[in-house]
Amino acid sequence: MKITINNKKYRCKENESVLEIAIRNNIFIPHFCFHEDLKVDANCRTCLVENCLDKKIVTSCTLKARKGLKVGTDSEEVKKLRKINLELLLSKHKKFCSRCKKGDYCKVFEIMKKYKILGDKYEPKKIVDKIHKMGSAAEFDPKACIACNKCVEMCEKIGICYLKLKGKGAETRISYNEDPNIDCIYCGQCTVHCPVGAIREQSHLEEVEKALKDKNKIVIAQMAPSVRASIGEEFGLEPGINLEKKLYTAFRKLGFDKIFDVNMGADITTMVEARELVERIKNGGVLPMFTSCCPGWVKFVEFYYPEMIDYLTTSRSPQIHSGGAYKTWWAEKEKVDPKKIVVISFMPCTSKKYEAKNPDLKVNGMNPVDFVLTTRELAVLLKRHNIDLPKLKDGEVDKFGEYSGAAAIYGASGGVMESALRTACYLITGKNLKKLDFNEVRGMKGVKIADIKIGKKILKVAVVGQPIPSTEKIIAKRIEALYKIDKKMKMREAHKNEVVREFLEYTEKLTEKKKAEILERGYCRRGKGE
Amino acid sequence: MSNILKKIKKANLVGRGGAAYPTYLKWQAVKKEKNFPKYVICNASEGELGLCKDIYILENFPEMVLKGMKIAMDFLGTKYAYFNFNAKYYELVRKRLDPMIKKHGDKGYVLRVFKEKPSYIGGEETALLNAIEGQRVEPRLKPPYPSEKGLFCQPTLIHNVETLFNIAKVEEGTYDVKRFMSVCGKVKNPGVFYFHENYTIEKVLHESKNYPDFDFFVQVGGSASGPVFNMEQIKEKIVTGAGSIEIYDKKMDVKKLLSKWFDFYANESCGKCTPCREGTFQLAKLVKDNKKVPWKEIMEILDTLDKTAFCALGGGVSVGVRSYLENVVCNS
Repeated sequence: MKITINNKKYRCKENESVLEIAIRNNIFIPHFCFHEDLKVDANCRTCLVENCLDKKIVTSCTLKARKGLKVGTDSEEVKKLRKINLELLLSKHKKFCSRCKKGDYCKVFEIMKKYKILGDKYEPKKIVDKIHKMGSAAEFDPKACIACNKCVEMCEKIGICYLKLKGKGAETRISYNEDPNIDCIYCGQCTVHCPVGAIREQSHLEEVEKALKDKNKIVIAQMAPSVRASIGEEFGLEPGINLEKKLYTAFRKLGFDKIFDVNMGADITTMVEARELVERIKNGGVLPMFTSCCPGWVKFVEFYYPEMIDYLTTSRSPQIHSGGAYKTWWAEKEKVDPKKIVVISFMPCTSKKYEAKNPDLKVNGMNPVDFVLTTRELAVLLKRHNIDLPKLKDGEVDKFGEYSGAAAIYGASGGVMESALRTACYLITGKNLKKLDFNEVRGMKGVKIADIKIGKKILKVAVVGQPIPSTEKIIAKRIEALYKIDKKMKMREAHKNEVVREFLEYTEKLTEKKKAEILERGYCRRGKGE
Repeated sequence: MSNILKKIKKANLVGRGGAAYPTYLKWQAVKKEKNFPKYVICNASEGELGLCKDIYILENFPEMVLKGMKIAMDFLGTKYAYFNFNAKYYELVRKRLDPMIKKHGDKGYVLRVFKEKPSYIGGEETALLNAIEGQRVEPRLKPPYPSEKGLFCQPTLIHNVETLFNIAKVEEGTYDVKRFMSVCGKVKNPGVFYFHENYTIEKVLHESKNYPDFDFFVQVGGSASGPVFNMEQIKEKIVTGAGSIEIYDKKMDVKKLLSKWFDFYANESCGKCTPCREGTFQLAKLVKDNKKVPWKEIMEILDTLDKTAFCALGGGVSVGVRSYLENVVCNS
């Protein structure tokens, strides 16, 4: 089937919305409340088009494709009405937007420029609510909220229902659920879906800039697996292009002293987690064992299901493992004062900020990771420094950032378990697996299950899919990029990583207590806001 | 066609909540759905300005309203119904109503009372469904329509109090094409009257002893969303919408009149869509902040509301203003 947009025919499926067809064909129609993975809410009223047959103005998100449909995206009537709604929606955006205030790149401001919206035609109602912080991960500013409801829908879709809209009329804005039994798990999906930056990560940008300027500090960059596969999108590239080597160059340009990789930490985590799994299997410990790399998942268990705490692995997560390794083993090796080390992680997820600030994870009184920047914050940092990432030459990681293919796939849903299985098999049987790909636990299905034969034992494993950041299609492409890295690597198992082996040997010489402080963690029942 | 449906169709019953949608069509739409349970909802929200006929009916003829609900439930083959009550109204009628609800309960009918925070948006069917479900009170995207997926996603029949009263009258064979009319504003004898629906507005004012002795204009069918007519027009026009007539002194200050409308909308907007949430606030502000009425800016927003608001309530904001300009200002 085909419909006509601006006098040109476009192929489409029946019942697809005109907005979806336009997005797919790169026809720009402004929209703020639409997201392809969320239900259509149709509240922003800016995606207007004219139905050429009856001259009626309709929202393209609700207009379904049907035979003979012809629409225009820029008739005089559309322009006039769209402009009023944009002025109403974005009045004082620049005053309340955290990015515009600092002169950083802001997508909304680009739209305002495109449609000649000044944002001061109307004076919006004064909102008195203050900025609300969700732990040390995210925050929302009701003043900047445009009530598009996307964050609320996302929070509901994940099953948390912490966010909600409050008030009516011009006072409508984002708020939170006061029910003591409902709490934010810091997953940060709201920040990904907020079109105006009203809900955002708690920024560590200024602290990072300060550390980079401080001559007395040794500033270490470490990047999570998925960042290299998704940062390109912030620079207009297709999803799933691996920019790892260009990022290494960018970090040097930004002034980092050492460039390591969270992937090295991932190999440590695999080793620690696989050892624990083997021990639980051999000694009849609590099974099944769950991974604990996602701080949002950990907070979910600690708050909603504390009775399940014993099922979580006691292994720390990759960024905490590697951060701890730099501030102990590496510092001793390099003869530097660990207090001078500043570890900065680049992570896909807002909840990693919360994890970095968790006092229970300190090593020798220091946080293993000092600051966390999300992929989007990294993009802002690069743009601030006029670094055009796709144009950079390739660079290399420093020695202690070397990693295996098993670490690369940590960024894919199910990757952590696959990595642990590769090493657990080795630890149990003493032999390396011939076939390393566990295809049964890959892919975008919500729940994936498989029986894995290890020696004479059959281990039942399951992977539960993550919530949906960006769109499912984009995520699939990013993951594909990670599996490609793994496939190409010579070293595809964590237990073959020499850096990790050396570090773990170092920990064997420590007291049991010290060793546990660096490698393991505990959990506890947590209250609201903890 | 069943007997009662035939009678309703023959009587030309239409919804009395304001939209005047043919009742038999609503019934057919819910009847043909296969999902059970189905729900019947009596909407006693009456959130529009100038209206008081629903509470009048509930205070005087509660048994007729319940009878109408029972007829509808029997027709649909369901035992489930809700009263959506303006919370203030429920307190006024519960003494008489509660025992009646209990009596129906004894016969197996499950009638639940939902007390709604008084609001204008409660008159919007899907917003009302959200309210009962405990969701945020705002309209839903249609389709699906309530007849298909209404309360808790089940087929639902929603009627205004007076419509249910009329259904009972039709069944009894006593329906005489009358309607309840609330008369208010600058009048001597305000109240609710029961006249033939084809009475001209002028006749209603005379017969209810409310015809003013000064130059005036009227707003009909709801004092926020209804159209405005002049003294000449009411000789022909009949009462429409939700059945109200408000009398205004022709010398009434324009700003006062606009503020009455715009303040109401700014307070009552559910906040869902941009033109209604932000636009009605700006309309109220434009009148308040300017000595002279800034018509150009006002019409710009009203036009945007007309053409881009999410629900009919937002689209209705301009009706009063436009008809006032056309029928009163341009005519004098």
